[in-house]
Amino acid sequence: MGANTPTVSKTAEVLPPPTERYSVVRWLHKNLFSTWYNALLTIVMLILATLAVRGVLEWALTQARWEVITVNLRLFMVGQYPVSALWRIWACVVLLAFLIGISWGIWGGMQRGGAVAFGALPFILAIITSDEPSRIALAITGIAGVVGYALNWRWGAALRRVSIIGWVLYIPILFVLVSGSGADDSLLPSVPTNLWGGLLLTLLLTVVGIVFSFPLGVVLALGRQSKLPVINWLCVVYIELIRGVPFISVLFMAQLMLPLFLPGVTIDRVVRAMAGVIIFSAAYLAENVRGGLQSIPRGQYEAARALGLSPWKMTLLIILPQALRAVIPILVGQFIALFKDTSLVVIVGLLDLMGIAKTVLAQPDFLGLQAEVYTFVAFVYGIFCYLMSAFSQRLEAKLHAGR
Amino acid sequence: MSVNAQSTADPIIICRDVHKWYGNYHALRGISMDVRRGEVVVVFGPSGSGKSTFIRTINRLEEHQRGQIIVDGIELTHDVRNIERIRMETGMVFQQFNLFPHLTVIDNITLAPIWVRGWTKAQAEEIAMQLLKRVGIPEQARKYPGQLSGGQQQRVAIARALAMQPKIMLFDEPTSALDPEMIKEVLDVMVELAESGMTMIVVTHEMGFARAVADTMYFFDQGQIVESGTPDQMFGDPREARTKLFLSQVLSH
Repeated sequence: MGANTPTVSKTAEVLPPPTERYSVVRWLHKNLFSTWYNALLTIVMLILATLAVRGVLEWALTQARWEVITVNLRLFMVGQYPVSALWRIWACVVLLAFLIGISWGIWGGMQRGGAVAFGALPFILAIITSDEPSRIALAITGIAGVVGYALNWRWGAALRRVSIIGWVLYIPILFVLVSGSGADDSLLPSVPTNLWGGLLLTLLLTVVGIVFSFPLGVVLALGRQSKLPVINWLCVVYIELIRGVPFISVLFMAQLMLPLFLPGVTIDRVVRAMAGVIIFSAAYLAENVRGGLQSIPRGQYEAARALGLSPWKMTLLIILPQALRAVIPILVGQFIALFKDTSLVVIVGLLDLMGIAKTVLAQPDFLGLQAEVYTFVAFVYGIFCYLMSAFSQRLEAKLHAGR
Repeated sequence: MSVNAQSTADPIIICRDVHKWYGNYHALRGISMDVRRGEVVVVFGPSGSGKSTFIRTINRLEEHQRGQIIVDGIELTHDVRNIERIRMETGMVFQQFNLFPHLTVIDNITLAPIWVRGWTKAQAEEIAMQLLKRVGIPEQARKYPGQLSGGQQQRVAIARALAMQPKIMLFDEPTSALDPEMIKEVLDVMVELAESGMTMIVVTHEMGFARAVADTMYFFDQGQIVESGTPDQMFGDPREARTKLFLSQVLSH
């Protein structure tokens, strides 16, 4: 082989890529002051930005009455949830921190920066907070996260299955802890849903919405591709019907009409709202998943069939994994939209984060503090949306490894 | 020609008067072919002659509308269980490889043995590694298909088909999508497979391969078998004018 390969001539020597020398002045010149109008734009924008930032900072640091948030923080977080049962919420948070720690490496790779920032968060909050029980609970949360991360760091591969089981069990555990059951003198006295509220309710609606609408959406998408006319027709009707009406009307229908359809059965208001979220979200998910299904080339189906896979195995092992991967960004975008849309449950009388904001603003002590309250609410929504988006990017990077 | 095939003992594939229509287009017009155990059959002909359609009717990727196909004693009908049994005995290699891009090479190979044959993961992986050694790329086992060259992907596809331990291998233009320098590495694997006694039906334009290993060659045109015979007959003294013309075009470059 060596004798036949032509030798690379001297002129085609392999050179390192040209290095550009960077200095601040060069960078400024290239990016901000390259022409006279770019220079002008830069200066104008700089002035505007300075004014805006200064105005906001001045308000936030000197004028804003942030005590409306600190005094009502518990309301914002859990609504009217009884103080005596708050430990149950904390238990959920601690368990969540542990699960995130233990599965950090599986879903995100072991990058240090994010892990440190995430792990430090509860400790920082513990230092800031003035409430003694919360401080202890936050510290325990932080420790749980660190312990989970350490376990994963030490025995990552072996814990993979454990962490998956943990996530699957988390949802029912969450519900048992939050809603409780049975008599008042038992370990977990039941907490009626009209006391659930604030961020707790928002997150519960979101989690239930995602966990149940996702499989329903996948089934609807597969049904729409089905060659059996009845199934196909049912799915098309469902999807088009739900997509044809606004979310608010679906919520109202769930509130008012579910009791009519099921006479004699009293369904909880929160459960009815959850049903509305699931019904609505599933229709949109189905269309997104269908987009993914259509992106799979015919050859994949043929290869799977030629190997003797049954239609079910082909769908579950070959087609769906690829289809869902292709639409991760769209799916996460939709989950973020779902998270924000839950704020509409105010309309049917539930006090989620947005609803609590309204009740807080109605307190005589805090009239007219819309700016503070809505800034805070926006900040909380923003954090969670950012986390979902960041998670999806990690997931995508991980799943596209080697392609 | 079918007289010739019928007289041989123990056919594993029997096709009798197979017809196939796409709408009004008559794609297969009465194909009859018997394939013995261990026989290597090469099918060639101009594009649109129905050779790919024919090979795909044998494992029911295409449905035939008239005639009879019997594979290893099982007749292809609408009975789903029969179709799945035949597919378990029949490996197929495609022009476009059709590896599963979301799975590693080894997972591509072990998927069907685990989920269709019910082997354990350890068993399946052991066989898969043996097959990867046989096709010459054991070091690529943990990579994804997208990281391999076309020739390597096609060799993985052959290993994937062989992992089901099929009695018959179908090749649908396995080298047509490959860069010229990669064709040989795939053909080498196929030659080795043919010499090991595998029953093979190969749709290909690689006449060198046909001359080296084919037992019988079939020339397809317009959905029919125009002529068949041993490579010596076909290359040395083709009877039909169409065969002569086609061979002169294929062999001239």
